[in-house]
Amino acid sequence: MPDYVPHTPEDISSMLDFLGLSSTAELFAAIPASIQLSRSLEIDAGISEADLSFELAEIGARNSSVGAPGSGLVCFAGGGAYDHEVPAVTRALAGRSEFVTAYTPYQPEVAQGVLQALFEYQSFIGRITGLPIANSSLYDGSAALVEAVNLAVAEKHCQRVVISRGVHPNWREVLATFAAGTGHQLELAELPTGATDWSSIDASSPAGAVVVGYPNFLGCLEDLAEARIFADRVGALLVVCQDPVTAGILKSPAEWGADIVIGEAQAFGTALSFGGPYLGFFACRSELVRRLPGRLVGETLDLSGRRAYVTTLRAREQDIRREKASSNVCTNETLMAVTTAIQLGWLGTVGLREVGLSSARAAHYARTVLTKIAGVELVTTAPPLREFALRLPIPANEVVEALIGEGFLAGISLAEGFEGTEYEGALLLAFTERRTRQEIDNFAAALARVVTK
Amino acid sequence: MSAPLMGDASEPTLFEFSSPGRRAFSLRTTDLPDVPMDALVPRPHQRGEPLEIVEVSERDLVGHFTRLAHRQYSVDLGAYPLGSCTMKYNPKICDEAASLRAFAGVHPATPPSAAQGWLQVLVELEEMLCEITGMAAATLQPAAGAAGELTGLLLMRAYHAAKGDHRTRVIIPDSAHGTNPASVTLGGYEVTTIGSDERGCVDVAQLREVLGPDVAGIMLTNPNTLGLFEEDIVEIAAMVHAAGGLLYYDGANLNPILGVVRPGDMGFDIVHMNLHKTFATPHGGGGPGAGPVAVSQRLVDFLPGPRPVRASGGVGFELVRPPASIGRVHSYFGNSLVLLRAWSYIKLNGAEGLRRVAEIAVLNANWIRASLRDLYDSPYDRPVMHECVLSVASLKRATGLRALDVAKRLLEFGFHSPTVYFPLIVEEALMIEPTETESPETVAALVVALRTIAEEARADALAGVALRAVSSPRTTPVERVDEARAARQLVPTFDASSYHH
Repeated sequence: MPDYVPHTPEDISSMLDFLGLSSTAELFAAIPASIQLSRSLEIDAGISEADLSFELAEIGARNSSVGAPGSGLVCFAGGGAYDHEVPAVTRALAGRSEFVTAYTPYQPEVAQGVLQALFEYQSFIGRITGLPIANSSLYDGSAALVEAVNLAVAEKHCQRVVISRGVHPNWREVLATFAAGTGHQLELAELPTGATDWSSIDASSPAGAVVVGYPNFLGCLEDLAEARIFADRVGALLVVCQDPVTAGILKSPAEWGADIVIGEAQAFGTALSFGGPYLGFFACRSELVRRLPGRLVGETLDLSGRRAYVTTLRAREQDIRREKASSNVCTNETLMAVTTAIQLGWLGTVGLREVGLSSARAAHYARTVLTKIAGVELVTTAPPLREFALRLPIPANEVVEALIGEGFLAGISLAEGFEGTEYEGALLLAFTERRTRQEIDNFAAALARVVTK
Repeated sequence: MSAPLMGDASEPTLFEFSSPGRRAFSLRTTDLPDVPMDALVPRPHQRGEPLEIVEVSERDLVGHFTRLAHRQYSVDLGAYPLGSCTMKYNPKICDEAASLRAFAGVHPATPPSAAQGWLQVLVELEEMLCEITGMAAATLQPAAGAAGELTGLLLMRAYHAAKGDHRTRVIIPDSAHGTNPASVTLGGYEVTTIGSDERGCVDVAQLREVLGPDVAGIMLTNPNTLGLFEEDIVEIAAMVHAAGGLLYYDGANLNPILGVVRPGDMGFDIVHMNLHKTFATPHGGGGPGAGPVAVSQRLVDFLPGPRPVRASGGVGFELVRPPASIGRVHSYFGNSLVLLRAWSYIKLNGAEGLRRVAEIAVLNANWIRASLRDLYDSPYDRPVMHECVLSVASLKRATGLRALDVAKRLLEFGFHSPTVYFPLIVEEALMIEPTETESPETVAALVVALRTIAEEARADALAGVALRAVSSPRTTPVERVDEARAARQLVPTFDASSYHH
């Protein structure tokens, strides 16, 4: 086995001598003998790095990955996790060990690299959401949603939360899990056309937060003007879950009047990674900055007057406010935020717009081709963008399983979070700039074979 | 804008390298028909003004982030003795494991039949973590320690609720990490803080007083944030259990007890682990981490789902929802690539290697304490576990030197600073955790640096001159940073900056 501990037996005995001890066991004298482990851990003996590589290859072969040029599945699954281009330059820069092996920037004088990259990340998120304040990251989209709702509830002193069914079902579930602790009351607004219908929600009693996706989980463009009106009617903050890849072509949520914009930024340079680590982004209006969850980097000067960066408004955070803190977040997803800054730098103004357009174009083409298959139809009528849900003649989960054998990850079979709705059992497909006409044509042919069997 | 190469000049922001028409990106050729914008996006949703983010060349992008990397301290560069943070060396092979496409390229919605490798890794990691902690089962979903804490508290809440038992308070010692009380509040409980006794351990008499039928549980870190093992843990566990409460183990300090003693054997019911500490996954400048939560048998049914388990048929792996699950706490399965790194680290070390980790971590910490206790105060003066907490209080009274100054001056010696001003119960605290991966020579050099700082403060004070440490650091990419200004004149983005024209 490899040994990452540098101490030789001679080092150990001389250090023990210095401490007046005769064995390493004596280092643990403070631990009552009655509870000390009297055996070895039942974990296999250590293996070499070379052996580990072979074991990883063997186990990895039992996974079907997507997106590899010339091999792997062609990915039509999305729902918050997307197969976007990750160029060599992003992998190389984000993999630099100065970023990878640093701790939280507690000593800004030796952490300007991470701090400045986070400042740039915050600046990008500010532009993408249209809001002036962005924090330096949260765990993932679901964590950002939970924090946004907590902020809104605290700001409005009202625990009623109205959330669209068009928000990611897993995020909604996480929100419900944590509501068991906070006591928030969650109310679901339905999606008759694929977009949210607020009219069936009681508007006579107040709410703290109104939450909607843009585009939503089913890929539909929500009328955010209506959501804003509804939020005002119930006196709530409007929280918009944005797909940031669409920012280059869509009006920003802030232009529609959003108070808080959150979302998942995996699409900007982070691998699919079987769901994590991802990156929750969080932006809000200036008035809400004192309640902002997580870390915030600000520009300042050093003693000699040079530009410098530091984490700021620290009095909001858990290590200072302890039980009075409005969020407990400490370690977050800094490396993914740095990755996002690099990726957005690579994409630039034109690339970001191109990725959004290209994804929408692929979805548009696929809608035309796929809905020509007998028994396959669009489930929604609200305007779609780069994702859409299809009703199929056979259950979607069977289609997904069958198409893996044909080289496709066909999409997400809608189940959890859509029980009892017309969307249950539908297939949600997503498109990125990496999908070609040829791939879509091949996929359509395979889908036709599977559903008409 | 011209850019400095290395050294002490500021690096412009990426936005200052921007010039219209520059580009770095290129994308796949898709052969998709061109569709007018109006056919893709209804008019009211279309952007008016183009969204300008930045326009730079790939060469400038690489130069910029490489120069930023040069302005950043990291474990790969040198020792990082931050107390309670366990900044050990992160084996490169674990990063390589996480970059394998067979793992990194898997979409989280892939059906279990096509993600058997991933489920195997997750199940095996859960099993190994349970053996290490002496627990029955675990969830790998929490993305960091604080997320693990809140998950653990919700498990506690669900457990009591299932028994129809309404409890309102959670006990926390005054030496606890700040995330503990913050998590308790979010878990819907009130915090009851208890003091530490003269040994630096939980004051058992005080604990007895506050225990009652309204106490849901207690959160403890053991060894605690003073680096001391809670010697009365067996008695504490018995008392809390007798009162109907549960014991929560904050695993931030798990490193020094690997293979030596297990939280489950101490009597704990819920344990979170920081894989980015004990199991050597890199911190990434402040995440991603991973904070799995392991539980005793009576809490297994409440664990978050979906949970990867060995298939009931005996072959392969599947996802299940525990019968009384509290629900998801993460969008998917947790920070999977971090989990894969930790799985790799445990495989590489094996049982024997893990025990060696604990022994040397404790040896290094005690060697530092013994080498510094004549110059710095040692408020709870007895052998420690993974870290030692020293105080600059006497030096401050004698010379004006503060813990902050020690931290800043140490940067000039090429070391990262220890944690300062924590735990809160120690005045002018320096919390030093060397970990097992720093060599005796490195640890000795750290001691020399800290001794030099104390001695020069005494000499400066005696000579009646300003302390050198107060104006440090001078040799770092920037000098001491004006934190007050950052808060007073908030500039959180480039668009708010005066450098933006």
